[in-house]
Amino acid sequence: MNHLPLIIKREYLTKVRNKSFIIMTFLSPLIFVGIFALVAYLSSLNSDTVRKISVLDESGLFTNEFKSSPHLQYKLLSGNNLSEAKKEAESQEIYGLLYIPKIDKLEDLSKEITFYSEDSPSLSLMGDINDLLENKVNTLKLKEAGIDSETIKNLHINISANQETFKGKETSKLGSGLKLIFGGLAGYLLFMFIIIYGNMIMRSVIEEKTSRVIEVIISSVKPRLLLLGKIFGTTLAGITQFVVWVVLILVLMTVVTSIFGIDPSSATPSQQVLENSVSGGTQQVLQDVMIEINNLPITNLIIMFILFFVGGYLLYASLYASVGAAVDSETDTQQFMMPILMPLILAVYVGFFTVIDNPHGTVSQVFSYIPFTSPVVMLMRIPFGVPLWQQIISVLILFASFIVMVWFAAKIYRVGILMYGKKPTYKEIFKWLKY
Amino acid sequence: MVNNVSKTYGDYKALNNASIEVEKGSIFGLLGPNGAGKTTLIRIINQITMPDTGSVILDGEPLQPHHIKYIGYLPEERGLYKSMKVGEQALYLAQLKGLSKQEAKERLKYWFDRLEIGDWWDKKIQELSKGMAQKIQFVVTVLHKPKLLIFDEPFSGFDPINANLIKDEILKLRDEGATVIFSTHRMESVEEMCDHIALIHKSNKILDGKLIDIKRQYKNNTFEIGLITQDHASTTAMLKDKFEISPATFKSINNELQYKVRIPDSVSPNDFVSYLTSLGQLTHFVEVVPSASDIFIETIQKN
Repeated sequence: MNHLPLIIKREYLTKVRNKSFIIMTFLSPLIFVGIFALVAYLSSLNSDTVRKISVLDESGLFTNEFKSSPHLQYKLLSGNNLSEAKKEAESQEIYGLLYIPKIDKLEDLSKEITFYSEDSPSLSLMGDINDLLENKVNTLKLKEAGIDSETIKNLHINISANQETFKGKETSKLGSGLKLIFGGLAGYLLFMFIIIYGNMIMRSVIEEKTSRVIEVIISSVKPRLLLLGKIFGTTLAGITQFVVWVVLILVLMTVVTSIFGIDPSSATPSQQVLENSVSGGTQQVLQDVMIEINNLPITNLIIMFILFFVGGYLLYASLYASVGAAVDSETDTQQFMMPILMPLILAVYVGFFTVIDNPHGTVSQVFSYIPFTSPVVMLMRIPFGVPLWQQIISVLILFASFIVMVWFAAKIYRVGILMYGKKPTYKEIFKWLKY
Repeated sequence: MVNNVSKTYGDYKALNNASIEVEKGSIFGLLGPNGAGKTTLIRIINQITMPDTGSVILDGEPLQPHHIKYIGYLPEERGLYKSMKVGEQALYLAQLKGLSKQEAKERLKYWFDRLEIGDWWDKKIQELSKGMAQKIQFVVTVLHKPKLLIFDEPFSGFDPINANLIKDEILKLRDEGATVIFSTHRMESVEEMCDHIALIHKSNKILDGKLIDIKRQYKNNTFEIGLITQDHASTTAMLKDKFEISPATFKSINNELQYKVRIPDSVSPNDFVSYLTSLGQLTHFVEVVPSASDIFIETIQKN
């Protein structure tokens, strides 16, 4: 067994020193942050432009309604007729012209109001204008019917049911959203990690086969030891890359936000979604988010994340290694990849559809015990609160099946690495298990 | 020593009750056509595959996992990690064989100096030619001073100079007490180096023993002769009448009859010589010793 550290060290060092690995490690965060910065920059650029809109209000009903904002300037025209106003708007590079004709009945407004512009106007702008007009018309209508708009306002009561668990913990919609994000992120990360580094292991096995070094090695060490060393070494390399990514992204993000003075929250769509779900200012939302994050079972989440991450990865890694051993070149791997990817993809689908719908439903529960899907599904469930014993059982099943899997993989590996020339069938691989 | 080893892959029997005994400190040639089962036997000795039946005994002990440090194996399908540096790789492989890092470094230095490849240390394998990589591979195989060395086609990829160099190193290792098992298709190296041989054909061992003994077994009283006579045609007729003859060619300054003659066991070589001298002037008389290649071909064809 004293060879294991040696093998792990070699596998690790070869991976880490590999040029493309180094480039990937340092370039990916740069690209990630670069794209982020670009998007943030572009969106800030977009909202910087001031749009001028002329309003020709012949009805005189909306005179006081159009209030200019930094990005939108209204200019009320008076005395012009429509064609003059159009000409003027076109010549003065005005974004658009809103024309409200004189009408006899308020109902007619719905058909008569027109917006003229160079190209089709932006959707959000049109939405704003329509809302504004609608509000005013509604108020006017109410007045016409003899109802005071204040009365209506007073009659309206906002309901937002307080959510609380039986044990007295407060829950909220915001919390559920956050849990989804955390769980989904954890599950998705694991999914990506397995695919990227599983492939790495597979390639490393194939390389040993094609360079024919394998027979030299296994005359010195047991194939199982080599397999384990490979899996652990690559895992360590993967974790290294991962840590570098996280650190680099955090550092670069800080640098970028301080340089450009961009508020990162303005660029993340999730925050906007949350903003809509809760009434209140951004400040309030941020506070709520912080409270909710504190409410999450963070320690539990982190520990389980690590356990499931490692266990799930090891399980799939041994599968990838045996595929690598069974074939001669990377192009032959296709037919064997399907059965590996299927449970993984299934796990992600179950995670994103079933768990979101009902984190503790039967389907979610079952899939969080099956070792091939449990890492992803369970990680998604944990933020919603899973009893500790369930988590422990799931982890135990996972690690037990890893050990069984390595045993199988080692059998395939042992025979496969010395087989050259032809692509084996499933039947043959099954036979290898019996050698 | 290998006892009654059998190995079956699925329906295919790769080895059928094969037994060989390798004497300590000798060079043992393992011969056989392609696909005969040599590599399987070698892999069993290396504990890469396990035999279905039979056992391998090393130095009086049944083969055990810790024995791998006493064995040095140069497989036919060999290679090195392409993107690793020569020195690092050699150190890694040596450590896998149980050498400490320090020890491995010292011995590598000795061997690298000896084979004049010291300046390759920091090169990557992919920068080296095939022959150069083979040299490294050879060093790695012998580095941990194994008692048993197994070479599968050790000379492939070497130019004649380097092949000779490696041959001398192998002979030297034998003289220092190592036992060598040697699998090759190059019969001239068998002839030059092997003390014992075994021939495997279609999963069965069909011949085994000291090379000299086997040669004795296979010689069939055939002599190459050169004879100057008055009348070549009549002499030929007379010879043909009495013995089995076939034309032979060898270099000579004379214009003579050149024949391979097989004499029956009842005739002693001495009598044969006196008979020949009675026919004319004898210029050439050599017993034909079967070459390893002849033995190989003859035995395989018989089976």
